[in-house]
Amino acid sequence: MNLVIATTIELAIVTTILLLLLATPLAWWLARSRRWWKEIIGAVAALPLVLPPTVIGFYVLIALGPDSPLMVLFQPFGIRTLAFTFTGLVIGSLFYSLPFAVQPLRTAFEAVGDRPLEIAATMGAGPLDRFLHVAVPLSRRGFMSAAILVFAHTIGEFGVVLMIGGAIPGKTEVLSTRIYQLVESLQFGQAHEIAAGLIIFSFLALFAMLLIERRIGGIRP
Amino acid sequence: MLNFAPRHILASFAAVVAIAQHAPASAADTQVAVAANFTEPAREIAAAFASATGHNAMLNFGSSGAFYTQMAHGAPFEVFLSADTERPAKAEKEGLGVPGTRFTYAIGQLVLYSTKPGLVDNKGAVLKSGNFEKISIADPIAAPYGVAAEETMKKLGVDAALAPKIVKGTSITQAYQFVATGAAELGFVALSQVIGETGGSRWVVPANLHTPIDQQAILLKTGDKNPAARAFLKFLKSGKAKAIITRYGYQVR
Repeated sequence: MNLVIATTIELAIVTTILLLLLATPLAWWLARSRRWWKEIIGAVAALPLVLPPTVIGFYVLIALGPDSPLMVLFQPFGIRTLAFTFTGLVIGSLFYSLPFAVQPLRTAFEAVGDRPLEIAATMGAGPLDRFLHVAVPLSRRGFMSAAILVFAHTIGEFGVVLMIGGAIPGKTEVLSTRIYQLVESLQFGQAHEIAAGLIIFSFLALFAMLLIERRIGGIRP
Repeated sequence: MLNFAPRHILASFAAVVAIAQHAPASAADTQVAVAANFTEPAREIAAAFASATGHNAMLNFGSSGAFYTQMAHGAPFEVFLSADTERPAKAEKEGLGVPGTRFTYAIGQLVLYSTKPGLVDNKGAVLKSGNFEKISIADPIAAPYGVAAEETMKKLGVDAALAPKIVKGTSITQAYQFVATGAAELGFVALSQVIGETGGSRWVVPANLHTPIDQQAILLKTGDKNPAARAFLKFLKSGKAKAIITRYGYQVR
């Protein structure tokens, strides 16, 4: 049981960190670019919202399977498939939660506007400098919202894990799939206990993050 | 606006003819909850049932566990075709089912299957060679096929060696998906799932290596007064139904 809890939280933390790193440049480009076709990319990045999680999971399963062109690249290194591994779960979770990171970040970057960046530029700040020292601090609420949403969404993730996990204790078994398994086998008592624990933990985590967000927001210029 | 496709008109016409031919005094509908693994044979049986009796079996497919939970909370199913014996027995014990109506309608056959030709030999020796990375089974906690798979591996003395290679699907359907997509090289699946596949390699596990995978049906209290519900269960025991069931890779008693 402790293994399951540890896997769930580890998955949520790793996914949140990686996704913020990956989504930031994408969201920045979506917010700043003037190319007409940028909304095509924007729409693609929002697609995981539309697809049912089990469908995403099914295609991730195929993409990580031994016959996919992606995995053929890994085979010389002795990796046949990433399905049923923690790494595989992280990859699935990144897709699954991508819009939850991109949307708040993009909104925050757009809200920064051109002016602060232009002023910084007149004072001699380079592009990276402008991004790190002007845009990012001004967008910290966006980062916080993205982190909260991705973390919560990954904790509650079910369909994707169900499809690519294989319920290996300590590696790919998470709380949501454990609850499902207990309900399937009619062990309602234990299912209720875990569900209650999951709700209390998630509530506390979200509450704490919202308090932090408020504090950060309070000193916003 | 009603928009009938020709297919539907034909189907209704066929149903009308069937009803007229056999003309039972009261043709009725009955709601049947069917374990997802029995989808194909159930459809065929329902069609045969309609033409034989004029009654109409409305089939609902899903997981036995979810069905049980729904029934316990008032879902209007009248007949329950489970994928195991445990849930119908529980339904009987807890007063959801009509006592004495429970019986085994199909016995599942376990098969070790791979989409790769030549990987699985016809004696299951591949399990001892361990010449693979992942083997998928249905989760024994939720599915009788999973229990049978575990028992088979134990009986062959390969359970400890294979433990790190086992991946579990939440149902026998998922265990098969893992094999079908190649994510696991082989897996213990239901013969009924691969009966239509000509390729790959397989070993039909002898029945003496595991407890029988009995699938039981029961009449639910909600269907006690419905003649169509009782007729469907009776039809399920008929030679006609049994012929369909065995054709799909199940055994019957």
